[in-house]
Amino acid sequence: MNGPDFLQQHTDRLKSRMGACFPGERAVFRGHDLHAELRDMDWVELFVFGITGRRFPPQQLRLLHAIWVYTSYPDARIWNNRVAALAGSSRSTPTLALAASLAVSEATVYGGYPSISAFDFFMRTRKKIAQGEHVEEIIHSERQTRRIYGYGRPITSADERLPWLLDRARELCLDQGPYLRIAFDVERVLLKDNPLLRMNYAGLVAALSLDLGFSAREFHLFRFPMTFAGMPPCFLESSQETEGAFLPLSCAHIVYEGTPKRSWQSRTARPA
Amino acid sequence: MSTPKKPEQIHTRIWLEEQEPDNPFAAKTAYCHGYDVYGELLGQARWTEMLYLLFRGEAPTDTQTRLLDTLALALANPGPRDQSVHAAMCGGVGGSTAASCLIAALAVGAGQLSGGRELFLSMELWNACGTDLASWYTRFAMPADTTVSLWPAPAHPPGFDPHGVSTATPVLQTLTCLAEISDAPLLPWLQAHLSDLETAAGLPLALSGVAAAALVDLGFTPEQGEMLYLLLRLPGAAVHALEQKQLGYKKFPFFSIELENDPAGGSP
Repeated sequence: MNGPDFLQQHTDRLKSRMGACFPGERAVFRGHDLHAELRDMDWVELFVFGITGRRFPPQQLRLLHAIWVYTSYPDARIWNNRVAALAGSSRSTPTLALAASLAVSEATVYGGYPSISAFDFFMRTRKKIAQGEHVEEIIHSERQTRRIYGYGRPITSADERLPWLLDRARELCLDQGPYLRIAFDVERVLLKDNPLLRMNYAGLVAALSLDLGFSAREFHLFRFPMTFAGMPPCFLESSQETEGAFLPLSCAHIVYEGTPKRSWQSRTARPA
Repeated sequence: MSTPKKPEQIHTRIWLEEQEPDNPFAAKTAYCHGYDVYGELLGQARWTEMLYLLFRGEAPTDTQTRLLDTLALALANPGPRDQSVHAAMCGGVGGSTAASCLIAALAVGAGQLSGGRELFLSMELWNACGTDLASWYTRFAMPADTTVSLWPAPAHPPGFDPHGVSTATPVLQTLTCLAEISDAPLLPWLQAHLSDLETAAGLPLALSGVAAAALVDLGFTPEQGEMLYLLLRLPGAAVHALEQKQLGYKKFPFFSIELENDPAGGSP
């Protein structure tokens, strides 16, 4: 069945296995009574349960917490945080500030895209290894067609977050997974060519998340608020300053490199 | 004392501002791609001419202005059944902020079903296939690109209606009107080969497909077209959000839900 008949089947009612609210009575969250059964979950636990439908053991939850905590930087110069700070400075609302900051975090230079690309690369690499390919070959063929994400950093090759997250993974005995081993094997090969291509946070988080059993879609959803905790302080600080005082730009800050001045009236030479 | 740091600067090919003599943070004049915005464009140029100038860097011809103007009218209100407008109304009915209503419309209207991403992909398709029907057949026969992306894998050929039966009348009316105006190749070709193209896609043309052809004819890149399409669909989202705010939630559907795994075996 397709077309309007298919759509007709879905009109006016929602079928769900995810949950519902029974106003004045109870709420169901993925087949469980939210208040009676899930009330003791912490927020990250409920969040990943909502994404995966699985219960994560305490060690794994501690690692998931660490992944978020170690990269929440309240530095308002960082592009996504800067959006929150600009919203504070221009006297917008906290929710608009944080929603916009999170939305721009789904970026290609940083944030969303490098993370899911690294995740995808590790998934494909493991499959190829299982089929008998060597890491060197895989990297060589990968580099013919696309960039390998999860390694290297624009400003410095060192990633200050890595030793901390690795320590936490070790402490929780979650550092022996097959994907993390692959991630280090890849790093060893890449470093032979270029000493700057050390594993970055996106690579490490992707490998650890694969070892925790996340699918690509689940990982995309889990990682989305990864830098969130750094955003409210940026909003707050600029909203507590005088309005407009956050990094104001004078006319001299703008360097014009375009067409010289011209007259709208004299554009008559244009084709009709 | 340390050497003064070079001031941070933003580089632009679009906008020149000259400061007021008494305040470097206030512009005395502003030039868009060389044209004096407040000194000359104001009162002389039309909104769509300004839009075209901003994106393309040059003034549009009269035909291009008419084409963009007509496209903007066709896209201005996707209507309350459209999912992006539905999202805006969810904001309006609950008394959410104006910006959040538009953010809701943008987020939902950004996707691959009637949204900005569909427009982007459709423009890429127009750029790749142009007026060569054989290329369209080849493209439609190719397996979906599985390269990882922020976006899900496309579920239907972009620019076509996955739930359509025949070309919707407003799509045909828009195509007819735009093809009459256009002096570029795609829209007239689309009108002449609509049936062939729909046969190749296995689906009827959607408004996004017409818009994509028009935006390519106007010289926009897919990135520019995506932005413009997102912008041009917002007026409808705005007014429907405002209307639902005024009408109130009692008149706005909440719909029934069938919970398939209720631990208590009930239904709300």
